[in-house]
Amino acid sequence: MTSVAPVAAAKPGGPTRKSGAAGRPSAAAWLVAVPFLAFVGIFLVYPTVLVLFGAFQDSTGAFTLDNLSSLFTGVVFDAFVRSIELSALTAVIGAVFGALLTWAIAVGNPDGMLRRIVVAGSGVLAQFGGVPLAFAFLATVGFEGLVTKFLRDNVGIDLFAGSAWLFELPGLTLVYTFFQIPLMVIVFLPALDGLRPQWREANASLGGTSWTYWRHVGGPILLPPFLGALLLLFANAFSAYATAAALVSQGSPIVPLQIRGFLTGEVVLGQENLGKALGLGMVIVVSIAMGVNVLLQRRVAKWVR
Amino acid sequence: MGSVVKQRVLRTIILLVLGVYFILPLIAMAEFSTRGRGGSRSLESWTSIVDDDGLMEALVNSLLLSVTSAVLMLVLLVPTMAWIRLRLPQLQRLVEFLCLLPLAIPAIVLVVGMAPLYAWVNYFLGDSPLTLTFAYTILVLPFAYRAVDAGLAAIDLKTLAEAARSLGASWFTVLWKVVVPNIRVALIGASLLSVALVLGEFTIASLLNFDTLQVQVNLLGKRNAGVSIAVSLLCLIFAFVLLFALSYVGQRRRQTVAEEEILPGSN
Repeated sequence: MTSVAPVAAAKPGGPTRKSGAAGRPSAAAWLVAVPFLAFVGIFLVYPTVLVLFGAFQDSTGAFTLDNLSSLFTGVVFDAFVRSIELSALTAVIGAVFGALLTWAIAVGNPDGMLRRIVVAGSGVLAQFGGVPLAFAFLATVGFEGLVTKFLRDNVGIDLFAGSAWLFELPGLTLVYTFFQIPLMVIVFLPALDGLRPQWREANASLGGTSWTYWRHVGGPILLPPFLGALLLLFANAFSAYATAAALVSQGSPIVPLQIRGFLTGEVVLGQENLGKALGLGMVIVVSIAMGVNVLLQRRVAKWVR
Repeated sequence: MGSVVKQRVLRTIILLVLGVYFILPLIAMAEFSTRGRGGSRSLESWTSIVDDDGLMEALVNSLLLSVTSAVLMLVLLVPTMAWIRLRLPQLQRLVEFLCLLPLAIPAIVLVVGMAPLYAWVNYFLGDSPLTLTFAYTILVLPFAYRAVDAGLAAIDLKTLAEAARSLGASWFTVLWKVVVPNIRVALIGASLLSVALVLGEFTIASLLNFDTLQVQVNLLGKRNAGVSIAVSLLCLIFAFVLLFALSYVGQRRRQTVAEEEILPGSN
């Protein structure tokens, strides 16, 4: 998302202007695009359409709104509410701590080792965490985890006294911060890098303090990218599946795990397409978050180059 | 100046606290995976990684997939995108939309639509895990598109292509000898990203019942947590090395590929 605006902005002035040669491509010229379009048509557009249309069909293929209306009842609705709560909570936690961490590396040497390590590490956790992250948690705060054992043997605290929280919503919240905070670092760093030192100097030479700088210069400029990142984090947590799937093997507290239930055969007869309706619901939630994010990015593109 | 000291103290606190927060699980993984019987230390979990045939087979599948997916991605994307810049600007918007579409469709939703499609794929092409190449190429499209697009935007493609054409080069020669060498950094970046993404992918493989590295790690964790934790630690370290290398590949540009391109992926 972050690079869309600058890349698009660079085009009009760039070397690849639309010019005469590309005015009226021949039929043969279109053929070159066929393999790509055919591939994407089969493996991306077709499955997407299958889900989106399937949400409106009953098991015989006739049009129905039953699937969609069942999204607002019972366990499915509860799962949506829980998913949204989990995503919102971890997005806020991730955005706040991620922003602090981003600031901490942005004020350092831009080519320094610390920054490289944090950025690469963030990339790993934000994007490739998945199943390994779930096992990292079992090793840390699982029943026999390092921290669990330490607290039990040396401090006398039993982490699991209350319940098996690690495998329920509180556990998911904790685990999700481990890819939400790193994702924040990655999407927020370009915005912080875009703050020009001259602005800070201008503020200082006009007698401003650190507070006036953040209140009147840094804050207003960073607010749109911060909110944008918050939305991206929300969408990310909402779509996440692997970590939760590896951690929670029984029950389906959140929407992605509900969909797993439909795919692995726990389907009630006559509800074959309810899984697709769940998919449609997820796409709608994610699209809203992403759409607002794009609007914010456009706004900020005017300020930070 | 007071504020400079304050800034330094605040920075140190943030780095220390979050540093411990993120490093603790890694230490716990190292500790857990070296536990032996009766409180002793043992490398049994690590040595049994190689002995586990299922795990090794899955690893080979995942490594092959990471190569086939990167290759298919490059073959589909690079000629099409270069051609669009040269001759078919009309398609620019559509291709961009299609490439970024997977970002709006969570993998868990995509797999719902892919399940019936893969029934056909497996009917025609057999049920080799390598058929996942198709699904994975779709997954890496957004990242690969951005990397390749940035690469193409940075060169004067039209002039280069016209020069080559006026010297009698075929379009294939233009692509292979002019475009590819000029955007090789972007292509390496796109490939490394897709390799890392494929090695970490779990959602689609597990729900389409293919045996890949992450699927095996998850399965193994049910009976032998130590081995799974050891492999998980290896995966994280390997991905870190890949991305760390990537931060040097993109060195010449202000923003590295790793910084600007990474988005929600395989969690």
